Amino acid sequence: MSSASEAPAIGLTHSASEDTGLGHRGPESKSIVVPYGFWLFVLSDMVLFSALFATYATLVHATDGGPVTNELFDRNLVAIETFALLISSFVCGLAMITAKRANMVWTQAWLLITGLLGFVFLSIELYEFSTMIAEGAGPQRSAFLSSFFTLVGCHGAHVTAGLLWLGTMMAQIWAKGFQPHIMRRLLCFSVFWHALDIIWVAIFTIVYLIGTLP
Amino acid sequence: MTEHDPELLNVAPGEPHDSMLSETLSYVLGLGLALALTGVSFWVASTSTLWGPGIATGLVVLAIAQMGVHLVFFLHITSGPDNANNVLALAFGVLIVFLVMIGTIWIMHHMNTNMGPEPNMMNLQMQRG
Repeated sequence: MSSASEAPAIGLTHSASEDTGLGHRGPESKSIVVPYGFWLFVLSDMVLFSALFATYATLVHATDGGPVTNELFDRNLVAIETFALLISSFVCGLAMITAKRANMVWTQAWLLITGLLGFVFLSIELYEFSTMIAEGAGPQRSAFLSSFFTLVGCHGAHVTAGLLWLGTMMAQIWAKGFQPHIMRRLLCFSVFWHALDIIWVAIFTIVYLIGTLP
Repeated sequence: MTEHDPELLNVAPGEPHDSMLSETLSYVLGLGLALALTGVSFWVASTSTLWGPGIATGLVVLAIAQMGVHLVFFLHITSGPDNANNVLALAFGVLIVFLVMIGTIWIMHHMNTNMGPEPNMMNLQMQRG
């Protein structure tokens, strides 16, 4: 059996544990328990978003005579946002591959690109929000706009938090190297970042594409 | 991994191997599929050749497919033996998500149709808060 503790992991899968549950070992190593616990957090975050999606779907026609979805959303901007976040998620995966092999230069480079693409996404979103508010379509205009800003803004807040976390991870990798506990944190970050992209898939489909159908 | 490792011969899609090339390939494959599904979504939403009323359902199906691609190729949720806990947690999460979303939409739709405001309540209801 290969060494069971602190194996470098990628995604949520780890290569070391082959225990069949017959109980000859103690508790699982931290490299397994920590990502599992974080995965539970990510899933509960998705439950939170499902409530916001349900709210949005309920209130989408409650426009109170104000602007409706077709007048507000620009599909080209959304396409750029979607592309930026998807590539960012992909590059984050590349960073995990190089981090697993303790390659400092490439890990930092991929993480930097991940962050820059996340920043592009966030900038476009803030531009969209400020344009809408300037047109009088702010969150206090109608129930529809309240739920829109809550849903999309909550995702944007997650991306902002992810960017701060990403900067922290880059600094920690730089200062402390690829130690097991740093790798666990990086793994949790990558799970968080991929999960944000999954939530964005739901947002661009339900809010933007279905909202702008002719 | 050794050459006798049975996992090398029987690996679920998205399961990372221990070589850099196959790991990268998993992400590239995922990116390709995700880009294709996104592209199809945007095309379906803007074309006029498809049956209009079915487009929204089609878009939701495409989105669920893309989420699956992300889960398998980016998050490496697989059917492998190490992943049983992750998959079970995901299954429970999906159950709750669907209960919350479908339950809310279903109930609120019926309340909207059956419990419209009384005529003398209209002024209260129409006020902007």
